[in-house]
Amino acid sequence: MTDAGLLHDRRAVAGVVRDIVAAAKELDREATFMEVCGTHTQAVAAAGLRRMLPDGVRLISGPGCPVCVTPVGYLDRALALAALADTVVCTFGDLMRVPSSTATLEQARADGARVEVVYSPRDALERARNAPGTRVVFLAVGFETTTPTIAAAVAEAEANDVPNFLILPGNKVIPPAMLALVQDEELNVDGFLLPGHVSVLTGWEAFRFLADDHHVPGVVVGFSPTDVLRGVLELLRQRRDGTATVENLYGRAVSPAGNLTAAELVDGFFEPADADWRGFGVIPCSGLTLRERYSNRDAGDIPVELPDPKEPVGCRCGEVLRGVIDPPECPLFDAGCLPSDPIGACMVSGEGTCSAWFRHERWRGEAR
Amino acid sequence: MKDSTPSRVLLAHGSGGRLTQELVQQTFLPHLKNPILEVLSDSAVLPELPPGRPALTTDGFVVDPLVFPGGDLGYLSVVGTVNDLAMAGARPLWLTWALILEEGAPGDLIAICVEGAARAVDEAQVQIVAGDTKVVPRGKGDGVYAVTAGLGVVPPDRDLGDHRVSAGDAIIVSGPIGDHGATIMACRHGLGSDDLRSDCAPEASLVEAVFASGVEIHALHDPTRGGLLTQCHEVAVGTGLRLVLSEEAIPVRPQVRAVSEVLGLEVLSLACEGRVVAWVAGSHADAAVDAFRAHPSGREAVIIGSVQEREPGQVPVVLETLAGGERPLDLMSGTDLPRIC
Repeated sequence: MTDAGLLHDRRAVAGVVRDIVAAAKELDREATFMEVCGTHTQAVAAAGLRRMLPDGVRLISGPGCPVCVTPVGYLDRALALAALADTVVCTFGDLMRVPSSTATLEQARADGARVEVVYSPRDALERARNAPGTRVVFLAVGFETTTPTIAAAVAEAEANDVPNFLILPGNKVIPPAMLALVQDEELNVDGFLLPGHVSVLTGWEAFRFLADDHHVPGVVVGFSPTDVLRGVLELLRQRRDGTATVENLYGRAVSPAGNLTAAELVDGFFEPADADWRGFGVIPCSGLTLRERYSNRDAGDIPVELPDPKEPVGCRCGEVLRGVIDPPECPLFDAGCLPSDPIGACMVSGEGTCSAWFRHERWRGEAR
Repeated sequence: MKDSTPSRVLLAHGSGGRLTQELVQQTFLPHLKNPILEVLSDSAVLPELPPGRPALTTDGFVVDPLVFPGGDLGYLSVVGTVNDLAMAGARPLWLTWALILEEGAPGDLIAICVEGAARAVDEAQVQIVAGDTKVVPRGKGDGVYAVTAGLGVVPPDRDLGDHRVSAGDAIIVSGPIGDHGATIMACRHGLGSDDLRSDCAPEASLVEAVFASGVEIHALHDPTRGGLLTQCHEVAVGTGLRLVLSEEAIPVRPQVRAVSEVLGLEVLSLACEGRVVAWVAGSHADAAVDAFRAHPSGREAVIIGSVQEREPGQVPVVLETLAGGERPLDLMSGTDLPRIC
């Protein structure tokens, strides 16, 4: 049996669930843990893990879907850029259907705006190289896992003198958002399942402040059902013992300090900046912007006319992203807001919390 | 034969004039010829039907890419039509086959599609008895589209359909799912690999073999567009019953699972073009699996789930996950369905 097969093994899962059930019996009140990463949300939903947990242990989803936390204002600007002459906007496909104040990029494209889907920032760079008279703007959205590839594309544009390749910086970093979460009075989280892929880049020590400064435990886990459940068990034990440490259960991929080469690459082109997150508002130092000497590649400096930012009426994505409500509590969930016709951002991406619940957890009131 | 096939399609190939005649005579007929077709009159006049109820189906094919590992648009169009008839319990007999060609489409590509159709006709033991060719201007089509109709006969003693599905039935799939959908998607994204191949194949003889074994078959479906998930959902909603599927039992090739993970596709929604999902009486489940496996197209058949009564408020389809959990299987609600068939 392969490693992946082993991790999926039903007996292994059943064993961890038994331990979780035993540990949960020792709780004095409900324990709520948040999986921060959208890939975890998807993994939990697809394996049906939420219903395997005993009463008193609750898993909620956090802000770890880059498309979902991209604010309306960013999309408004992307749309305005796409309407400019001699400008092409290149984007990852996920962003195409995220509503802005006026329309989605997909709708704008149908109306004639020049928007193209690419699979990597290098495709956008290639586009710029092949069309020297056209300004190519790449929508730079993503977390720590995506930013290095964008930095590499900027580096290549510099090295090969491609002046018409620009980006609209919207990159975000996870740790400051976690700080905002632990400081959020509305939210009561007893521990975090920390993002496995992001931690490969940041290293697990980047999350130590959660335990050291805020007495909230965290555990870095991988993406198989057993990985996730072992993380839940670890958090339960800490809850029982009243301890708070940050643990790494994803040692096969995550080191204490992370990928320093990638960090150096990013640092060469980007610097920290305050960033607006859907659902959170502005979080200090949670975004990245281009360093001053590359400001000629910053499409955010191009003057455009923007509408007043307008969130979709009735949409509760913000509360979903902060873990305050589960998707079915939103009045639009499965009632107007669908993956095929999303109203809120969390219904768009496959890693969006609403999308994951829609696809895998619509029990329609059927009791456990 | 290649010599007489045009190097590329011209608008005049669809005009009904000399070039149309040449295309029919030199590219189509040599491969598809039979006594009914070669009369080339306005309508095919058919022999009397065998006893039973006639079954009629129609389908359009717009697959992109036109040629893929394991098949091509021509082969797929015949196979898809034959399989639709077989799922109704009908013995497929005759097909019509119309091609809509785009000006400039390479002649070689047309030849591949015609040869593919001829191969499928041969494998499925049917005849193409009428055809048509139209050409649209460059940019108004996508190489080749095919449109078919298929006529077959359901033998007198056969009654097949969702109305016969009942609690206690076993659900059987004739082989691994998703091969076709994964192959097409991989081709589009440049992920093709040697071990990825469409399952595209006619299923009528497999169906006949299972009927001949005497097992009690209640319903058959081919999980094409929307895959196993959509078929099961439709049966559950249509019958008011609950289907419970086992993720562990559902056969998926590792390379298909890999493609679906890389591209973020739900493997249960990937199309098959050569698989049968059968609802059979529970007491006949093992015998049915044996009957499937005794046929070359059904060697990998397995039981993947069962049918239960559905209580009010319960979701129609539940998947027991590999991890031992459960999740409701619901339609993707219009997730983009690319042109897979």
